[in-house]
Amino acid sequence: MVGIVIVSHSKNLAESIAEFTTLMADGACVAAAGGTDDGGFGTSFQKIYDAIDSVYSEDGVILLMDMGSAVMTAEMVLEMYGSDKVVMADCPVVEGAVVATINAQAGMSREEILEALKDVGKTPKF
Amino acid sequence: MISNTEVIDILNKIGDKIIEEKDFLTELDRPIGDNDHGINMAKGFTEVKKKLEGMADADLGTIFKNTGMTLVSTVGGSSGPLYGTAFMKMGMTLGAKKEMSLEDFLTALQAGVEGVGQRGRSTTEEKTMLDAMVPALNAMKEAAAAGQEAKSVLAAGVQAARAGVEHTKDLIATKGRASYVGERGIGHQDPGATSFTFMLETAADNLSAAQ
Repeated sequence: MVGIVIVSHSKNLAESIAEFTTLMADGACVAAAGGTDDGGFGTSFQKIYDAIDSVYSEDGVILLMDMGSAVMTAEMVLEMYGSDKVVMADCPVVEGAVVATINAQAGMSREEILEALKDVGKTPKF
Repeated sequence: MISNTEVIDILNKIGDKIIEEKDFLTELDRPIGDNDHGINMAKGFTEVKKKLEGMADADLGTIFKNTGMTLVSTVGGSSGPLYGTAFMKMGMTLGAKKEMSLEDFLTALQAGVEGVGQRGRSTTEEKTMLDAMVPALNAMKEAAAAGQEAKSVLAAGVQAARAGVEHTKDLIATKGRASYVGERGIGHQDPGATSFTFMLETAADNLSAAQ
């Protein structure tokens, strides 16, 4: 199953989004990497790295980031991680997390999930 | 030429300067950013200073790469991956060298500045650290090409960086949290451009003392 990592500036936000996905995709492989190492607001290279490790399998991992340093730090982690099976998706993080986990749990491949995530920001809410 | 131990000394002094200016840099970040630039940078450079303690025998590539990696790992805000990338790219061009000529420094800085542009997907005139970095680099390349000594080359860089910082007051940010502030950011100087200028000033001051 493709692993999903939620990267946020906020520890609580990342954990809550991960928790929220269990509502619709219980059993999906999802990990949170929120806040700095000391629990403050920001992003932690190490937390992202460890979160990827915790959900990694041969099917790969997709990262969803909130903004700014979360994107840049995630990008640096991927460069160090050195696996083309670990990728970032450019989409709204809450909606993206729901779509990604539902699809991952249904057994979709990394490429298929990335394709589905491309439309996430375009779906009108009303 | 400056040696690896002189480079370590300058990096330590840059750390001291950033830590000293922590409140000022944070204050600059309050109206346009997320009010943490000084705090984050001081946190990062406190760790860099610890890391440098064991590096007296290391080559310049290792010193710069470790500095960059420590910033990425400890800063927490956008300046972590941006400065982290800059120092790591500088380290890549310096490699196994244990001394650095002016030309080596400018080549490294060029790679570092390009790295910042790639990492932030940004360019000049966007109210970022690049608005100090790029004019400083260009001024130093020009001064070096005109045959000036290292000391006056760095002085030209500092002057251009300061002018770049002033210029950021007139710009509207299109990157980072400041972009949400839009026109309300006019009149405020960019914290990242300011911290870069502090770094270059510190390098210039201590180069003069060493030469």
